[in-house]
Amino acid sequence: MTSVYSVKLWLLSAAVAMCATTASAQVVSPQAPKPILAPAPVREAAPLADDPKLEARLVDISQELRCLVCQNESLASSHAELADDLRREVRDLIRQGKTDQEVKDFLVARYGDFVLYRPEVKPLTWVLWFGPFLLLLVAAVLMGVYLRQRRQQVQPAPLSDADRARAQKILKA
Amino acid sequence: MKKFLIPLVLFFGLVVFLAVGLKLDPREIPSPLVNKPAPEFSLPTLAGDAKFSPKDMLGQVWMFNVWATWCVACREEHPVLVAFAQKNSVPIVGLSYKEIQPQDAAAKASDEVKLQVARERSVVWLKRHGNPYVTSVMDLDGRVGINYGVYGVPETYIIDKQGVIRYKRVGVVTPQLLADKILPLIEALNKS
Repeated sequence: MTSVYSVKLWLLSAAVAMCATTASAQVVSPQAPKPILAPAPVREAAPLADDPKLEARLVDISQELRCLVCQNESLASSHAELADDLRREVRDLIRQGKTDQEVKDFLVARYGDFVLYRPEVKPLTWVLWFGPFLLLLVAAVLMGVYLRQRRQQVQPAPLSDADRARAQKILKA
Repeated sequence: MKKFLIPLVLFFGLVVFLAVGLKLDPREIPSPLVNKPAPEFSLPTLAGDAKFSPKDMLGQVWMFNVWATWCVACREEHPVLVAFAQKNSVPIVGLSYKEIQPQDAAAKASDEVKLQVARERSVVWLKRHGNPYVTSVMDLDGRVGINYGVYGVPETYIIDKQGVIRYKRVGVVTPQLLADKILPLIEALNKS
């Protein structure tokens, strides 16, 4: 049992470490921000980020995808090494002329629906998509039932003739 | 039923949900590759004499283990694999995953140099910690890893005689996991 926990702890710390170290290693990575001014005339191998159209599509697609290492980051923003590799794959796929859907299918086939921030609507994800509305509906019905019950509880009993006579007597006094 | 019990029951329901949630590991993502054919590849081996392809293993149940010398958890897992290999249950093939990391000095070298450095490093590491692998293949750019849905090292797959992935483990293989899950699965797969 303890080993299971130590493993989980390790995974957690490893994930944090990976996110942290790769973030600091970013300075030397080819994904460093592009200079705004035109680059010097002589350059080594052109960085992958040279095609602005391709990069725009890459960002567009990868914003919809989850990084598997830093799970709350999108593939577009993650500095994890795996995210670098996956962006490289996505770039290649775009260059091959694949559609956005085909790129997403490529990643889903390998990493599952988990990589999609917006999972497809299918029987397995019905609970995810419709669950909240179902809960809202249940809550609305319960509230309706409760309100109706309460109305019945506080309904005033009709005044009898004897009561009316008594009330008038008190008022006149 | 007494009305004051309703919040109590709701509370305990919530506690059960939260308790289950605490035990779940968010890094354990169900792999879509289980029960799918193992992705094809052809990579140089650690020994360097020939290329290895999953096709070479057709007809037998085998274990595919993703590892690297920089992987800290692999060091914890490794003795378990070495002991398992000594039982000769199934062959274990290693996938040396991205041995050269971007921060390594060799990262900017040519592919041949990288492969050589990776091999040297891996051989030394396996000599020190024991070698459970019948062969280990070199996935330097991590592309094969991506095809297998690798997102953390170590990862372990069990592949059946027809070349279909039957099981995937993300994280360390423990003796308990071997005994409870992997060995029974291997036995069942060997019979079929």
